[in-house]
This record gives sequence, C-alpha cells and structure tokens, in this order.
Amino acid sequence: MKHIGSPTKALVAVLGLAAMAAPALAQQGLDEPFQKPFKEALAGKTVAYVPVAMNFDLTEGWYAGLKKELEPFGVKFVIRDANWNTNAGAQAVTSLISEKPAVMVVHNPDVQTYAKLLQRAENEGIYVIQINMGSAYRSSAFVGANWVEIGERQTEGVVKACEGKSNKIAIIQGALSAAASAYTLKGVENVLAKHPEIKVVSSQAADWDAAKAKAITQTVLKQNPDLCGIVGFWDGMDIGTAAAVKEAGLTGKVFVATSGGGERKGACELVKSGAFDLNMSYDVPTQASQMAGTIKWLLSSGVKPGSIKGSEYTTLIPITKENADNQMTCWNLSDLKK
Amino acid sequence: MKRIRFNQQEIVFAVFALLFLVFSIFLRGFLTADNMLTLLQNVAVLGILGLAMAIVVIGRGIDISLIAALAVPPGLVLQMVQNGHSLPASLLTAMLLAIAFGLVNGWLIAYAEVPSLFATLATGLLLAGLGQAALFQLDVVQWSSGMDGFERLGQGTILGIPTSIWMFAIACIVVAFLLRQTRWGAYIYAIGDNPYAARVTGIPSRPIIVLQYVITALIGCFAGLVMAASVNSMPTRIFNSTLIYDVILVVVLGGIGLSGGRGGVLNVVIGTLVIGTMLNGMTIMDISYAGQNLIKGVVLLLAVITDSFLNPRNEETAQQGDI
Repeated sequence: MKHIGSPTKALVAVLGLAAMAAPALAQQGLDEPFQKPFKEALAGKTVAYVPVAMNFDLTEGWYAGLKKELEPFGVKFVIRDANWNTNAGAQAVTSLISEKPAVMVVHNPDVQTYAKLLQRAENEGIYVIQINMGSAYRSSAFVGANWVEIGERQTEGVVKACEGKSNKIAIIQGALSAAASAYTLKGVENVLAKHPEIKVVSSQAADWDAAKAKAITQTVLKQNPDLCGIVGFWDGMDIGTAAAVKEAGLTGKVFVATSGGGERKGACELVKSGAFDLNMSYDVPTQASQMAGTIKWLLSSGVKPGSIKGSEYTTLIPITKENADNQMTCWNLSDLKK
Repeated sequence: MKRIRFNQQEIVFAVFALLFLVFSIFLRGFLTADNMLTLLQNVAVLGILGLAMAIVVIGRGIDISLIAALAVPPGLVLQMVQNGHSLPASLLTAMLLAIAFGLVNGWLIAYAEVPSLFATLATGLLLAGLGQAALFQLDVVQWSSGMDGFERLGQGTILGIPTSIWMFAIACIVVAFLLRQTRWGAYIYAIGDNPYAARVTGIPSRPIIVLQYVITALIGCFAGLVMAASVNSMPTRIFNSTLIYDVILVVVLGGIGLSGGRGGVLNVVIGTLVIGTMLNGMTIMDISYAGQNLIKGVVLLLAVITDSFLNPRNEETAQQGDI
C-alpha cells in the first residue's frame, strides 16, 4: 500500500490540476474513434422484413421493436408481408435478393421452403437473421424461442399439476405442417418419456384455430371429465381451449399450459383471469432488441455475410398467477408502437 | 311405372343414421346426453352459416363472402368496445356494416349482373382486406371488459342446453318462417327455380335478390357474434381458412341443389348433423388429422356417388350450373 501511496497522491494532484484546467480542455473535446464508422455503417442501409403475416402480436411487435431501435440511425425498412402464403413469401425473398437490402429478417413458415434462398441471399452479401422459426439453413443469426424447451417446460408444468390426480392429459397441437408445432411436440414427448404414468387421452391438431381447439377440448372433456391438464401450443388458439374448460366448470381443476409472445391482452390478462395456468412467453420486445443489437453488430463489424453463424435462443418467461400482475412481465403493442 | 327413388336428402339422412348407429354401438361415451349436446354445440355456428348460405343457394346464387361477413362486423364490435365505445353503438355499427355489405353484394349481382360466384369472391376479399387494413389492430381481436355479459350469446346454458344450440334453433325458425311462410320466401324459390319465368310473372326479382344477400350477411354477422362469444375473441384470420367449403358442404350434402329452387331448413339441419357426428366421433377416437380428412373425403364421395347412381342425370332435367 505504501509503495503505491505516493503515485496515487501524485495522480490526485495531477487530476486536481487537470480539473482546474478542464474548462479550457473541454471546449476542444475528444473524438471517440468508433462512433462515426458505426453511424456510417448504419445510415441509409435497408432492412427487409419478411414475416409469415403481419397483423398479429408477434410480427407486429418485432417490427415495431426493430423500427424503434434502428430508424433513429437512418436505417430504412421494407416489409414483404407473406400473409400466410408460403409461395408469396418465397417470391418476396427471391425478389429481395435482387434488390439487395443490407439485412433480411426472415420468419420462416417451415424448415425447407426458404432454406436454399436464404443461403443464396448470404452468398450475395445480404445478412440473414431468422426469427423464431428457423430454416434448415443456418444463417448469420437465429433469434428466437427454443420450441423443444417450450414443449418440455409446459409439459413439466402439466405433469406437476397432475400429481395425485387422474394423470390424464390432452394435447392441442397447432398446424401439422408448422415446424414450431412439431418441435413443441418433440419437447412434450421428451417429458412424457420420463413419466410413463401420464396417459395422453387426446393429441389433435387444431390448426391454430380457437374454434377448433374449443370443439376438440369440449369433446375430450365430456369423455374425460377427470382430465388434469392440457398442453396447448399457442395462446391465440388456446383461448378456445380455455373457453371450453371454463364452460365445463373445470377452471382451476384442469391445468392449461400454453405459449405465446407475452402480449398483455393475450397472455397476462388471461393468466390473471384463470383461463391459462401457465403461459410460456418468448417476450417479443426482448427478441426485437436482440435482433436490433445483432443487426447493429453485423453492420458495424463488416464481416462477410454467412462467414459467421450464431444463435440467440430467447430466455423464456413462464407467466403464472404470481407474476402476471407485474408490469414487466407482459408488453403492450400500442406502447411498443409509440 | 313408378320406381322407388331416394333423393339426396334421404341418402344423407341414411348415412347420418348409419354413422350414428355405428358410433353409438362401438364408441363408448358417444351416446350420452352430454356428448350429444357437445356435438350440436360444436357445429352450431356451422349450421347457422349453412342457413345463410341456403337462402342464396335456393335463389340460385352462392355467397363466397359469407366468412368475411362472419369475421369483419363482429370483429369490429370487439375492436370498438376495446377502443372504448359502448356495446350497443358498436353492435349497431356492425349491423349497418353487414347491411351495407349485403346491399353491395346484392346490387352487383342483381343490377350489375355479375355472376354471384365472382361478385362475392371479390367483395369478400374487399371486406376482409378492409378489416385487416383499417379496422383491426391485430388479426385476433380480444375480448375486453366492456363486452362482459355478452359472452352469454355463445357460452353457458339455458334450461340445460348450451346457448349456441338455442341460437341455431332460433336461426332455423327464423329462416324457415322466411322461406315457407312469407311471400318473399316464395319469390326466392321461384327465382331459384326459373329466374326468367319469375321475372315474366311480375316478381320483383332484383329487389328480392338484393334482399337475399342482405339477410345472408346479417345471418353471417350473427353467426360471427355467436362464435366470438363462444371463444371470447374474434380470430378474423378465419377468412383465410377453409370454413367456406365446410359451409357449402353442409348445404350440398344436405341436399340443397346448387341449381337453386330446391331444399330448405331441414336439409341444412341434416347436413350439419352429418358433419357434427363425423367430427365428434373422430375426435373421441383420437384419429389423426390426416386420417380425419381421409374419412371426411370418403364419406362425402360415397354420398355423392350413391346419389348419382340412384338419381342418374339426364339431359332434359340437367340445368346449367348443376354441380
């Protein structure tokens, strides 16, 4: 301590002098050498966004979040809304490749359709970021939920709720062609393999449709009034599942687990009302900021598109009665758009 | 020289009876009062839509835009209430929108003489697009607290019978009354049977056609409200689904010929029962999605093939537009 005592004193003295001279020095300022190239790397660049469809909480949330983060830096946005049409989406990606945006943010409808196109895009010098639903091609970045984990954690919740009860559960899948649905099912199977006591009385696809989910659940509940839990694959659809449970007077008795983007009306409020017991949220605003961060990093790094590849799996937020009241658990689309 | 002939209605009823019998014997838990109510409840909205479609099909038209009428005006109700408007004002707006939509459809078909298939294909897209672009913030319009109490239209029971079944029953009675007891109903049959003859006899064909489409849009809107109340939200994306084919299936399977002038409410009820029984039985058996489609297709094919064997087409009675 003694050895460094005197240099410290000397430093304090120097600092004191510097402080006295500071007004004069501050007028000259000091240039931070990296901010200018960063700004130049972003200004005027185009980010193309190809969601499977606009007008639902996830894709609107990602878009609003990206714009909020990147537009102040002079980044331009183009949307190519595939509107649930895989062909339209593939055409959009194809035409974008010739338009050469700096970055493409792509939401895949399935694993195969865009895979080759995305590879071509990166070869042409476009960074490709895949959001929430990846393709078979691994691009510069994947940002999104780990569907297998979602399936596992939902099922764990249901299995736990079933302890000491009938052990009968039902599974309401999404659309059979959707990778997200198939991956989630894999997660469900992983957990069920460890719990042979659980009996799946029904496992059907409701096509992401609330009315179909309700019809299936109603029939299943009539056949198995002692059902103890339901694993649903998306909160927008499982609102129908929950309505069937409520009508049968079984709210609280049948554990309903689902997943979604964590938008307040679709997630927290429905957990609060008791419609859902567990909603695994992949918090859309966080995903949007992670994408924006990745875009900033990629553009400013100047790495060759396709030369580095990485993943950012979303940290899931399990929404239950305990945290549904918390302001930070869910988000409002209207606020994000402001 | 009279042969015993079955019409499609009787054939489909036989298919229904057979299915019902087989399920009742072999499927544990099928023939219970509770399950019967669930079965009906699950197809109530489809049945109401079938009634709406029946009106235009009897009048020798078709309304492909029916799902837009189901999705957009009720979605508007939910959206307006979410934005702070009162429920009655929102309902009134939705009703006016449905009426306006029906008027546009009717005008295009009756006065501009655009074939109904193309006219309604276009207007349906237009209305759904309008909803997506201008009216709704999100595809799924969520229930808000201002709507509390209204969910009774599609949830809960009255005298032990689910409300949506009552709604279907009410719709059946209203449509049956319209078609069988009023002069307008008789005109619709006349126009469907032979539009030129109807016009020559002095029936105001054009206003009646407009009326058909307005009533259809209103019934579609009503079905949408029941659906929204039943699932506590309005998934307006349903316009992109294959629901419209199910509706046409109910109507045609029930025996209302697409060439017009034939059939009635009973046909819709039978068509709805067949679809309901099939769906319910297959859900209980936990048949996979692909398997369900296969079975639906086979049953439909069987019904159609049997019909064409028993009632072979002949050049004299076949009309253009027969499917």
